[in-house]
Amino acid sequence: MADNIYLPYLVTIEKITQEAPGVKTFRLKFKDEEVARSFEFKAGQFGEYSAFGEGECTFCIASPPTRKGYIECTFREAGKVTTALAGLEEGQTMGFRGPYGNTFPMDEWKGKSLLFIAGGIALPPMRCVIWNALDTRSSYRDINILYGAKSVADLVYKHELKEWEERPDVNLLTTVDPGGETPEWKGQVGFVPAVLEKMNPAAENTIAIVCGPPVMIKFTFPALDKLGFKPENIYTTLENRMKCGVGKCGRCNVGSKYVCKDGPVFSRTQLEALPAEY
Amino acid sequence: MNELRSKVKELLGSKEIDLFVGYEQGTRLPRPLIAASAEEADRLIFDESCTGNLAVYLTRRELTGGKKTGIAASYYAMRSISRLLDENQLREGMVKVFGLTPDGGLTLLESIADVKQRLQETSAPSSQVEDEWVKEIEDMPPAERWKFWTSELSKCFKCYACRAACPMCYCTKCIVEVNRPQWIQPWAATMSNVEWQINRVMHMAGRCADCGACGAACPLGLPVHIIAHKMVEMVRQNFGEPTEKGNVLSTFKPNDEENFIW
Amino acid sequence: MEQKNIPPKNISPKYISKASLKAWLAKVKDDGRHIYAPVTENGKTNFKRVKSVDEISMAHIQTAQSAKGAVFPRTEKLFSYARQQGDVALQDYNPGDIPDTVVFGLHPCDAAAFKALSGIFNWGAQDKPFSERMQRVTLVGVSCSRSDVFCFCTSVGGHPGSAEGSDILLTAIGDDGYLVEIITDRGQALVEKSADLFEAAAGISKEEHLASAPARFSVEEVQRKMAGSFESDIWKKQSARCIGCGACAFVCPACACFDIQENAKGNGTGDRIRCWDSCGFSLFTLHTSGHNPRSVQSQRWRQRLLHKLCYMPDRLSVRGCTGCGRCSRACPVDMNLAEHLKEFERL
Repeated sequence: MADNIYLPYLVTIEKITQEAPGVKTFRLKFKDEEVARSFEFKAGQFGEYSAFGEGECTFCIASPPTRKGYIECTFREAGKVTTALAGLEEGQTMGFRGPYGNTFPMDEWKGKSLLFIAGGIALPPMRCVIWNALDTRSSYRDINILYGAKSVADLVYKHELKEWEERPDVNLLTTVDPGGETPEWKGQVGFVPAVLEKMNPAAENTIAIVCGPPVMIKFTFPALDKLGFKPENIYTTLENRMKCGVGKCGRCNVGSKYVCKDGPVFSRTQLEALPAEY
Repeated sequence: MNELRSKVKELLGSKEIDLFVGYEQGTRLPRPLIAASAEEADRLIFDESCTGNLAVYLTRRELTGGKKTGIAASYYAMRSISRLLDENQLREGMVKVFGLTPDGGLTLLESIADVKQRLQETSAPSSQVEDEWVKEIEDMPPAERWKFWTSELSKCFKCYACRAACPMCYCTKCIVEVNRPQWIQPWAATMSNVEWQINRVMHMAGRCADCGACGAACPLGLPVHIIAHKMVEMVRQNFGEPTEKGNVLSTFKPNDEENFIW
Repeated sequence: MEQKNIPPKNISPKYISKASLKAWLAKVKDDGRHIYAPVTENGKTNFKRVKSVDEISMAHIQTAQSAKGAVFPRTEKLFSYARQQGDVALQDYNPGDIPDTVVFGLHPCDAAAFKALSGIFNWGAQDKPFSERMQRVTLVGVSCSRSDVFCFCTSVGGHPGSAEGSDILLTAIGDDGYLVEIITDRGQALVEKSADLFEAAAGISKEEHLASAPARFSVEEVQRKMAGSFESDIWKKQSARCIGCGACAFVCPACACFDIQENAKGNGTGDRIRCWDSCGFSLFTLHTSGHNPRSVQSQRWRQRLLHKLCYMPDRLSVRGCTGCGRCSRACPVDMNLAEHLKEFERL
């Protein structure tokens, strides 16, 4: 008989980083050494994270598969479980089930340029892909990142943004919504779709990866159209409420497609074939 | 029946109402019909066999929100409408209430005052069956009574049909769905089922129309309306009838007994 | 996992008298198996674990609840945990607690639904609690000799005498006994417990002892029309009176949506459990952000029907409706499923 798919791995919280108000990154290490050695995943996959005594919630794996020995997740304190997780301390134990779902087709993208467009708390799923690409830098051509948040305080991964900014092989553009800037802010001010048009990235031989709140996606897709990006070269990752993560509990489907099994990664071509149920 | 159909068609035609909540013939019994067109209005029926409490639809925002609604109201639906108005869940002028006269004729009640007046003039349908249930259960020694209720409620699978069928259960997020803190365990188990029913009925104190829709809705036939019926009687004995100011939970009288507050 | 649906071996049907049937079930029970069978209490008939085979009642057309609880209990522990000073110990799901069980007296629509449940729970990753229970359950079905206005098995590929899903299928022959069809090895093993109670069944025609239930619509046509109707206003029209309770889902033999919850005991220990849930509930798909992809009842009604009639056949090669009619009987506002499905045929 197969293993119990609902039984989480036990993981130790090795490091906690406060990214923004209410937003934390946990670095997690598998307690079982055999699991730690054999655990594998690919960019884009997600997991179910347990705060024992409160329940489970779903986030992507925010660290890249190229960094072995740990996984990271970044989450905002919002509901019952995330609040409980946020209350845990370094050295304490929580649970992880996964990896679940499909992956970004990073192998197919080899030799192409990558354009990352992220908004707010949606950078984590993309951070996994960005680091994966940077850790295998020679496989890809240009790497452009456009990241926007409501305000300077809401930008996550500030240290890494700085690192990307300083790297000569990455072109990073950060922006905050009008009114969200500080006197010291040297980045852009404006909404992501507008800044994207200003950025004017080349569409040729380029894959665009877009993650953000629905309203950002809604206005970014037409901006990409204008720039000449074809739907099959645009990717995003969907979020829907989930409980099981493995196609059984009945919540996350969009039409006949299950975000947990057929997703969470969808190309825009695939997305356009789905009903608006996300 | 023809009188109702033509009246509803007239009101829909003149845009005096946007839709009509009534009954049509169902598989075996009359069932709710939400009529928005003359064609649909032609399926309406209304007689003494139409007992389901249609007031439940008046607080469904996605259905009747912001719409001028006509409704075929049984006695208990009128009671619910009166209480929903008291609780500011309905706006006067947005609801046109049709009732049946004792001889089966149709009467249109335009205002809340008309509805209340009508309730004053009409006596409630007999609750003999429910009264007998209550008596039978009360005659049980406490241990036997506990066994009766835990045995019945152990069968509950928490489909919440009792809640969904109740016109007074209009919260968009029910207490069972609040999880910080988790007041009631959301899964089905005997004690959490008992907790749910106690909570449900406590929230109905002084508000319940005693229509029995909760019990009628239960797919397992659990007599959950008997708990509500007993509570209605207790509230009446202790606090009297609801006043024009509202229900006993949201109003008080200076001479209310408070010997239960310690 | 052991195969449930082993093709019928060349075993000729047998006959068992009513008295012998009781004796057989008593033997099965005395051997330590749990027997779930229809029991009538306060006018409602439901599957229940019986203490004595005398409790079993077969006078009903349909039980209020299906038999799915035998493999998918309404509340079930998935594992336990114990927290201690920041550390956690887990206790895995223990299949050793699951009894060998015989579900007796389920109709063909219910037996067929076990196939739908298996489709869901074994899609990709196998669900251990479900599979462990499936391995320990034997289904002794009873053909329908009567039907009512809510039944529509023949419209969705079923039949009052269908053996699909059953390990053994009985068909009442008059008032005295049953024709016994042994469908699987598991069924055969149960019969062998008391082989002497079964007689040869020569020249019995099963068909004439079955309920008549003419098909009401072409399910292929309904499926075809429904698949192309996502944006149709039919969903809104049909669901206008739906009050959004979970009665239909909970009595359905093929509905398997569930929630996962924490039963925290307060001393740092607790169980992670799963419990029945329903796609008809307004909060089922609500995001923490407040966004809800299925925010109104018509979208939830659409999900329910499309899932059963289109998504499941498409993804799992099994339909999520067997025509038992329970949803329609249980519905407080008479959302008659057969009637609604028929409307798609006319679209």
